[in-house]
Amino acid sequence: MAGVGGGNDFQWCFSQVKGAIDEDVAEADIISTVEFNYTGDLLATGDKGGRVVIFQREQESKNRPLSRGEYNVYSTFQSHEPEFDYLKSLEIEEKINKIRWLPQQNAAHFLLSTNDKTIKLWKISERDKRAEGYNLKDEDGRLRDPFRITSLRVPVLMPMDLMVEASPRRIFANAHTYHINSISVNSDHETYLSADDLRINLWHLEITDRSFNIVDIKPANMEELTEVITAAECHPHQCNVFVYSSSKGTIRLCDMRAGALCDRHSKFFEEPEDPSSRSFFSEIISSISDVKFSHSGRYMMTRDYLSVKVWDLNMENRPVETYQVHEYLRSKLCSLYENDCIFDKFECCWNGSDSAIMTGSYNNFFRMFDRNTRRDITLEASRENSKPRAILKPRKVCTGGKRKKDEISVDSLDFNKKILHTAWHPKENVIAVAATNNLYIFQDKIN
Amino acid sequence: MFSKGTKRKFSDGGEELPEEGLPGSNEELSSVSYSLQRQSLLDMSLIKLQLCHMLVEPNLCRSVLIANTVRQIQEEMTHDGSWQAATMMEAFAAASAAGSGAAGPPERLVATEVLCRPGREMNGSPTAEPKLFSVMGYEECREEEVVAVEEDSICSEAASNVCLSGSMGHCWERGMLRGERELDSRLGAPDEDVDVEEEDEEEEDDNELEGCREEGEAKAMRQVFGTFEIKNSHPGPESALEELFSDVDASYYDLDTMLTGMQAAPKIGPYDLLDSLSQSHTPSSLSSASNCRSDLNELDHIMEIIVGS
Repeated sequence: MAGVGGGNDFQWCFSQVKGAIDEDVAEADIISTVEFNYTGDLLATGDKGGRVVIFQREQESKNRPLSRGEYNVYSTFQSHEPEFDYLKSLEIEEKINKIRWLPQQNAAHFLLSTNDKTIKLWKISERDKRAEGYNLKDEDGRLRDPFRITSLRVPVLMPMDLMVEASPRRIFANAHTYHINSISVNSDHETYLSADDLRINLWHLEITDRSFNIVDIKPANMEELTEVITAAECHPHQCNVFVYSSSKGTIRLCDMRAGALCDRHSKFFEEPEDPSSRSFFSEIISSISDVKFSHSGRYMMTRDYLSVKVWDLNMENRPVETYQVHEYLRSKLCSLYENDCIFDKFECCWNGSDSAIMTGSYNNFFRMFDRNTRRDITLEASRENSKPRAILKPRKVCTGGKRKKDEISVDSLDFNKKILHTAWHPKENVIAVAATNNLYIFQDKIN
Repeated sequence: MFSKGTKRKFSDGGEELPEEGLPGSNEELSSVSYSLQRQSLLDMSLIKLQLCHMLVEPNLCRSVLIANTVRQIQEEMTHDGSWQAATMMEAFAAASAAGSGAAGPPERLVATEVLCRPGREMNGSPTAEPKLFSVMGYEECREEEVVAVEEDSICSEAASNVCLSGSMGHCWERGMLRGERELDSRLGAPDEDVDVEEEDEEEEDDNELEGCREEGEAKAMRQVFGTFEIKNSHPGPESALEELFSDVDASYYDLDTMLTGMQAAPKIGPYDLLDSLSQSHTPSSLSSASNCRSDLNELDHIMEIIVGS
């Protein structure tokens, strides 16, 4: 079938894959977050080992006008280290939960990266010139004897090999008792929010020693806890609006103008439950794992275990669109509960024009839905399909009865190969898909 | 991932309610199998909640979702239990009076209804206000788990692992066994063995499931869940236990870390703890010391198997 995300002739092709080919995957190499920057020129990934790798798109060369720019490693740095909480005798994982870019304001790039407890603001800057001709020291750095200096000279900037430096500019620590699951930069470019299981804090990018708590759902008696915060995001245009989702499948939209504490929501989004499909797992699969505003700010998208829903911010009682990601898993919920897969948190993303959405599944499959044509496609991120510019073939899962050729049966799915993190270039049809320790980059076929 | 040994009775697709309108005996069968499946799900959930002897803080969202599932099952079983008792008595009465089989029990309808209205208690149910399952201390769960416990709480906490419908007396006894195993699993007993024994227990449980439908059951459940939360420092006879537990570090070992000699912090070994437990203070409401000793022997046996392999 024709691809999704553009016109009818649209097809996705393999572009690149990053990461080791080994069958044995080191836990630290597992990619835990993927994010394009605002222009799409930079692509950042975070992994379980606390490292951040930034890829930069090469400028299109005149020699090969038809090939899009490739992403190559631009900078690698260790963002977070494992820590030990002595009070609770617990380790704090260094896994990078989220990366969010700041809009670019000067030559340097800034991003926020967070693990379970600490958020850091990193500055990534280039250095391609070096000053030479100092008066007080030699080229090797040795100090010159001031009495020997007979003349003064002005140091000159000489070109050098490009060096990309990453330095931590701010460390926002000690504000979260529970595990941070989201960070989101506000449209005012001055503040950002961070959310953990029970609280949401508002920070100023310049101030590290305090933050404002704007949502607190911790009950006085922890035994009464039945619901946690699973994701939060700032509105892309209205700097006073943000949303947060919960483990009970609800989304609350809050307006910071209403009060200092946003415990009372302005809007409450929940789809009424279908009593005929109720089971013991209903609540678990309704838990929202990701929430994303559309670029327009008019809609938001939520991902629960089996589906993706698009909500109109003006309508609270039900979503405007619902897309089934892998409905064939509904009859397997007990097994998935047993092996904990039912708790996997899949993310979702919009394309630049909000006409298509993408999310991951198991067996290294990922799904794309075109909101206009209502067409959907299942693609696979695998080394087998990794010839340069090879067109990706649509995949299909067979749910019962006779399995057609090229279909894969539900029982053959590999639940260890899960695609939790995907990202879509803000302007073009280029997507980044994280499959365990490999990063796949796909783009549309140039006709 | 964790329960390699658990016999999965809960067939996929079986979590839905059994079909209505089946002829008499099939209805009984499917409702029994539904109960079995539900019980299996409950056991699985409780195991999941207990397996937090890791070095890293457990995922709160996951814990909350599992706890909510357990709560849901408990609610349904509460209502089912009281209905089962009522309908069985009805059935006996009807049978003795008319000599014919009982009418199709309406408990399945009730079950459906209940699921659609979570949290609503039935009128006239003996468990008018059952205190719902509460996972102790979502925060600092590890310290609180080990800190001193009320006498009742030890048994009830342990007993919560037992089938909910067991009779009171039976609960205490098996509860003790399970309590020990729980301690074991926290201190490094293998998951497989836990599951193997769970399996045996389950079979016993299933028999019990058929048998225990008295009002005592409802009371047992209330007691089981009511004191699941371990409270902090109670003065009095438990102070000895307190002192005992106060030394234990909250970072439990994985069996792996124990075997490889890695430890998060210097600790009492599992044997030491259980030794002192059996030697020192044994509150009267706990099973006799002999029970503890037999469980210690069991633990020895388990450890031998692991180390031997």
